[in-house]
Amino acid sequence: MNKTYPALAALALAFCATTASADKIKFDYWYGLSGDLGAVLAQTCDHFNASQDKYEAVCTGYDGYELVVQSAIAAFRAGKAPALLQSFDAGTADLMMSGQFYAVSQMMKDYNIEINWADYFPGIANYYASSKGELFSMPFNSSTAVMYYNTDDLAAVNMPAPTTWAEFDATLKALKAKNPEKCAYGYEPSVWVDLEQYSSINNVPLATNNNGYDGLDTKYVYNTTSAVKHMEDIKGWLDAGLAEMKVSAGGMNSQEAFSQNICSFFFGSIANHSSLNLKHADNLHWDVAMIPTETAERHNSVVGGASLWVLAGKSEEEYRGVAEYLKFISTPESIKFWVSNTGYIPVTKSAFDALTAEGFYSAAPYKGREVAIASLTATEPGPLNRGFRLGSMIQHRAEWLSEVQAALAGQKTVQEAYDTSVERGNALLEKFAKTYAGKTLP
Amino acid sequence: MRRAYFKNNWVAALMVAPQLILVFTFFYFPTSEALYWAFTLEQPWGGGNTWVGFDNFAAILGDPYYWDSIWASIVYAVGSTALAVGIALMLAIFADRQLAGYKLYRVGMIWPYAIAAPAVGLAFRFIFTPGAGIMMYVNFLFPHLWNPVDNGTQAMAMVIVAGAWKQVAYNFIFFLAGLQSIPRSLIEAGAMDGARVLRRVRDIQLPLLAPTFFFVLVINITDSFTDSFGIVDTMTAGGPSRATNLMVYKIFNDGFQGLDYSGAAAQSIILMLLVIALTFVQFRYIERKVHYT
Repeated sequence: MNKTYPALAALALAFCATTASADKIKFDYWYGLSGDLGAVLAQTCDHFNASQDKYEAVCTGYDGYELVVQSAIAAFRAGKAPALLQSFDAGTADLMMSGQFYAVSQMMKDYNIEINWADYFPGIANYYASSKGELFSMPFNSSTAVMYYNTDDLAAVNMPAPTTWAEFDATLKALKAKNPEKCAYGYEPSVWVDLEQYSSINNVPLATNNNGYDGLDTKYVYNTTSAVKHMEDIKGWLDAGLAEMKVSAGGMNSQEAFSQNICSFFFGSIANHSSLNLKHADNLHWDVAMIPTETAERHNSVVGGASLWVLAGKSEEEYRGVAEYLKFISTPESIKFWVSNTGYIPVTKSAFDALTAEGFYSAAPYKGREVAIASLTATEPGPLNRGFRLGSMIQHRAEWLSEVQAALAGQKTVQEAYDTSVERGNALLEKFAKTYAGKTLP
Repeated sequence: MRRAYFKNNWVAALMVAPQLILVFTFFYFPTSEALYWAFTLEQPWGGGNTWVGFDNFAAILGDPYYWDSIWASIVYAVGSTALAVGIALMLAIFADRQLAGYKLYRVGMIWPYAIAAPAVGLAFRFIFTPGAGIMMYVNFLFPHLWNPVDNGTQAMAMVIVAGAWKQVAYNFIFFLAGLQSIPRSLIEAGAMDGARVLRRVRDIQLPLLAPTFFFVLVINITDSFTDSFGIVDTMTAGGPSRATNLMVYKIFNDGFQGLDYSGAAAQSIILMLLVIALTFVQFRYIERKVHYT
């Protein structure tokens, strides 16, 4: 008995010693991608942890961007927020107005880490930058909307991929004439594609104050632009049978309908490019093209996906760890890993050029993704193509969807639906401005 | 009725304390926070709070879509309660009369209640899908008849059926217990006097079942305001075009998805008051007609 106590004590001390020396500085990283994309993101964390032994990123995946933002807000209020958060475009305004973040441009400067900010595509950087051009959050998984089309069907009617909506209309009619049983265009209402991308590509305003960048007293104006005509065109196609509604609630969404060779067209994010490669009907031959324009003039499309925000209130060690991680994911090898395994596009010009030079985009399965870059860089972003800085964007998107559903079901005209949606959207913007009364947009 | 008197007040306090702590932590504390948020404009990430008095309530009550939401909730409550109570009563009477297979039913009927609402919603969504489920056959016979994706009334019917299915199990157990507590001699006396089954149900069993009936009614209506969230979320997400936008779903949508915490808090206060009022009405007016033996 007298010998066991010192032995036990020695053992305990030995344990303490080993654990102390292996202690890495941990920081939390919450992301909102799930499924295949989420699995690849988890791998980037593993690569970072394996590449050095000073910091450890503890990555937690959530089932959707809204969920991860909600969870982060709840955690933030309880003082247990993560250091790094993947937040999507619609969640930007609230976070920006709260000031509860550490701007990445500032953070990299504080820790003397060299990042070439000018290397980022302007179409991507502008969405996440202040009005003075300093990046608040780190671009990471950027995408844009593209048009996916069935090459066999278009070849059968001897038409190229349409570049304007008038050509798209003609193509639908030709496809339907050739093959009346097949669904020509599987339509799923999406505010990102049908309104936001449309406004950016055709250079029409979504809201005043240059889409909200210049102040908080913004008002929506899309019920007075050609966006109304576009939605009326869509309704016309649905009524004439040239397009069919394909939504999850009906059992199959537009991507699934396309991948199973049921519909010939679908519009979606370039991020779907990899999922489509992995799972599609055997007899499906497809390609992507830029979204059609209303007139012959094309402007750049707006970026989607999400960016990484560094939240306030953490310790300096954690911030250094986060800075190292952000530096790691902007290296060319990391970017290559990310774009190879997902449909997302490289966020820096140098990475894109390097990949193109080595023939990355010349062959399947990556061929076609350069279309997204072409779409994002069609022109230099002007005041109406930088993105949107609008409060309560998520709620407005839900309002738009409900109104469009009513219009497409024939309960009201498209103009009435858009008028109502704009009116309710303006009420939301007013409330947002009142919530942050006295503050200005950074 | 006998009352228990505690000589030692501390013992009494200790016995009640755990429940009081639970009620305080999970009801009074969040409700008072919600009340505070309902009268202010709360920033999602914290860091500020502007007092606006009744503005949030005025905005909500002045919104025609909110009244649509209240109406949809009432339709759902009445529809699912009527369906659930009616079917459960019928099945309980069958089981009570010991029709063939009654032992199996007694055990198996409670299982649906154990299934979580989202799971029920998903299963019924599959059944009611226009292109693939059972309704596919209906659509084959009458083309384009069933389409809850476009048709709001059909979407509401779908949600009511899914909600009622779960509640039937719960009601069944209570009704069966209530029926079994009616003395057999009464029923036999009625049978001997020549009353048929339905007559006996109407004149003997139902009146004596009134207390159970009242309890089940209150529970069903209250539950239909809150438990319906899982079903709406997995089946229709409030659509199409707000047809199934029940109050509880709207609160989740505005608060958590839309990050409008003040509006959602105000709505939840209104929902709470509505349920309290409904329960009060039921106790005041319907309980009078219940005859307790």
